[in-house]
Amino acid sequence: MPHPFYRWIDVMTDNQQQESQKTSIPFYRDERIIQIFAQVISAVLIIGLLILAVINFIQAADARNMTLTFGFLKEKAGFPISNPPIDYVPGMTFGRAFTAGLVNTLLISGVGIIAATIVGTLVALARLSSNWLLSRIALVFIEFHRNIPLLVLLFIWYFVVFGFVPPVSDTLQWPGPTYVNKRGVYLSWPRLTETGTPFVVLFLIGIFAAIIIFTVLRQRRKISGKDTYYLPISISILIISFIAGWILSGGTPFQIDSPFRDGFNFQGGLRLTPEFAGMFLSLSLYTAAFIAEVVRGGIQAVNRGQIEAARAVGLSQIQVLSLVIMPQALRIIIPPMISQYLNLTKNSSLALAIGFQEVFAVGKITINQAGRAVPVFALIMITYLSLSLLTSFILNIYNRRIQFVMR
Amino acid sequence: MAIKEMEQDYIRPPQPPGFLKWIKDNLFDGVFNSVLTILLFPTVFYLLYAIFDWVLFNASWQAVTQFPLLYAIGQYPREEIWRVGIIFSGIMLLLGISWGRWGGLLKSIALATGAILLVFALLPVQHPALDLNMRLSLGSNLLVILLGFLIGKKTNLKNAFIIAGWLIIPAGGIIILAGFENSALLPNVPTTLWGGLMVTILLAAGGIVLSFPLGVALAFGRRSNLPVVSAFSTVFIEMIRGVPLITILFMFSIILALFLPAESRIDRLVRALMAVTVFSAAYSAENVRGGLQSVPLGQVEAAKALGMGSFKTTVFIVLPQALRAVLPSIVGQFIALFKDTTLVVIIGINDFLGIGRSIINSDPEFVQMRTEVYIFMAVIYWIFSYLMSSASRRIEDAMGIESNL
Repeated sequence: MPHPFYRWIDVMTDNQQQESQKTSIPFYRDERIIQIFAQVISAVLIIGLLILAVINFIQAADARNMTLTFGFLKEKAGFPISNPPIDYVPGMTFGRAFTAGLVNTLLISGVGIIAATIVGTLVALARLSSNWLLSRIALVFIEFHRNIPLLVLLFIWYFVVFGFVPPVSDTLQWPGPTYVNKRGVYLSWPRLTETGTPFVVLFLIGIFAAIIIFTVLRQRRKISGKDTYYLPISISILIISFIAGWILSGGTPFQIDSPFRDGFNFQGGLRLTPEFAGMFLSLSLYTAAFIAEVVRGGIQAVNRGQIEAARAVGLSQIQVLSLVIMPQALRIIIPPMISQYLNLTKNSSLALAIGFQEVFAVGKITINQAGRAVPVFALIMITYLSLSLLTSFILNIYNRRIQFVMR
Repeated sequence: MAIKEMEQDYIRPPQPPGFLKWIKDNLFDGVFNSVLTILLFPTVFYLLYAIFDWVLFNASWQAVTQFPLLYAIGQYPREEIWRVGIIFSGIMLLLGISWGRWGGLLKSIALATGAILLVFALLPVQHPALDLNMRLSLGSNLLVILLGFLIGKKTNLKNAFIIAGWLIIPAGGIIILAGFENSALLPNVPTTLWGGLMVTILLAAGGIVLSFPLGVALAFGRRSNLPVVSAFSTVFIEMIRGVPLITILFMFSIILALFLPAESRIDRLVRALMAVTVFSAAYSAENVRGGLQSVPLGQVEAAKALGMGSFKTTVFIVLPQALRAVLPSIVGQFIALFKDTTLVVIIGINDFLGIGRSIINSDPEFVQMRTEVYIFMAVIYWIFSYLMSSASRRIEDAMGIESNL
């Protein structure tokens, strides 16, 4: 004889079952029907709106006689690009101008990323320093740059700092020799001599060989457990290839190209325009503040017990850093770091405001000149989208790799 | 007896280190740190001295102090300035009410605002912009804050009303500022005359209020099991996150008109607001999606088991937990949006930065004072974003305590 309570439940369910057999669910409460209904409604709404937009667009394009092809890229562009990175003069094609802009974007992003990473890491280490003063200075640097819009920072560097740089007649001279005046910053820069080619070729081969040998030997060590001296061997390969290249090229693969005064101007050396220098400084310092926070977070996230345990097993200070702290910190640091790199690349479009002609600025002039807003915008968007898709592709591969390691 | 003494010694809490001990521990532990301190200290001292010297004695702040109204509201007609005053008083009232109700950081903000108002109302300088009327209206806003405080403290106004008030302020502000055609009381003021800090705050507040629900909708859209909705949301989010804001701004100011019916004309400022909103929404959507993913499936199942419909489950179970998990990144996104509003300068809208630039370019004399102007603007932007980020930290702390209970 079951407990009365259970009997009561049985009665309940029996009653319910009988009721539910009598009345079926009304169609407006049926999950499946609602689902299909929602699918149709949403599809009609979204596709309808898109079609409407396209119809409007075609009408507007017709009314304004707009061409929607990329044929204009082969036409002549009449505008100049100040300091083009590749060979470009007004009168070359729009396509060429666009390429020049693209190279400028990649150039400023590339050097910006390198500088921001170095500065950011240094600031993060300073922030973690046990020296109170240094840590505070780093904090001020971070808080200053994180809370000011990049555009304001850019204007401060370009209009204020570079605005008060003296004209050519009383150029600032710094050791190096480095000259600074209104026309830009002139740095001494090593340039390849005519006999330098074998050096570069040999050194590249050396780097390549060193990387391969490093990976192979380290893999062998991981499997066998015997020390294969992978680090000394690969470093000595590097050094040997460097010296061999140096000797082969007759001892002078490079020569320092120093700027010198030539009448009212400076010749030689590496000239950075004020636009490039202002953009570079503001962009890399701004991003460095964000990177510093990323790096600090990553290093602080490593469990103290891990470090203590590593010390207890007898690893040296360097081994603790390279085998315990860095692998764990990097796993946390790298994904946000890469998105900071992407931000930097996208933020380089602000250069338009000070007249440094990267891809967006060139696109804007093209719109004004050629009046082809839509294809130009498509081109600009494709450029940035492919950069960011590439980045997220790399990020996904990396994430998959570290997940594999974790398991 | 001896044991008791020892116990006392043992129990005594650690004393705070003395000043000299602190200096030794934090500045001079080890040779490296000592050398570093000795090198850094004079540098920092010299820099601070140079900055103070410049700010107080060498800088000429004329370009900043001469046009306070221009920095605040741009070219907005001076005879219509009372509209701005009304909106300002509304904000002050809400600030007071929120202070009375919630206290905490809002208390500090309200008190600081009150102090600033008082300082300006009683500033012992002759300035054309600071006439008796201006002083009186600034001073009366102090009373408005206090009135709000009393309302918040004494009455049991619903919290939802206060939040609704904050949400309505941007929209109501835009309507009052814009006015209507053929209206005697509120004549139309074209947005080309708007400017200054007013536009910056309007764009930021409007962008925040509008982009957040759009972002939540996009996040749900991306997770939806309706293929069209999910595909549309995904493409939308990824496309906007993949390009710089300036591209979106130009798209809305140049290309948007082509996709709309020929007779529709959208105001320049509204287009900028739309661009900022859409841009920020895509980023918010990704943040919210992260939060949605962090809600355990058991929560949804439990809600379903209790007989809640999918709408109720979403609004009362999933969303609160999701938003709480990602609140810091959402606030971070709002700060970024505030900073990003400066980009509207590039499409020719006179926001705070734009007004600064036009003042500099208006007079060769002011060109020489651009350092002061840019520093002033940097300081104002810095204060606003720093306030926002410290607010976010406070909220985080408060929520952290809550979750421990």
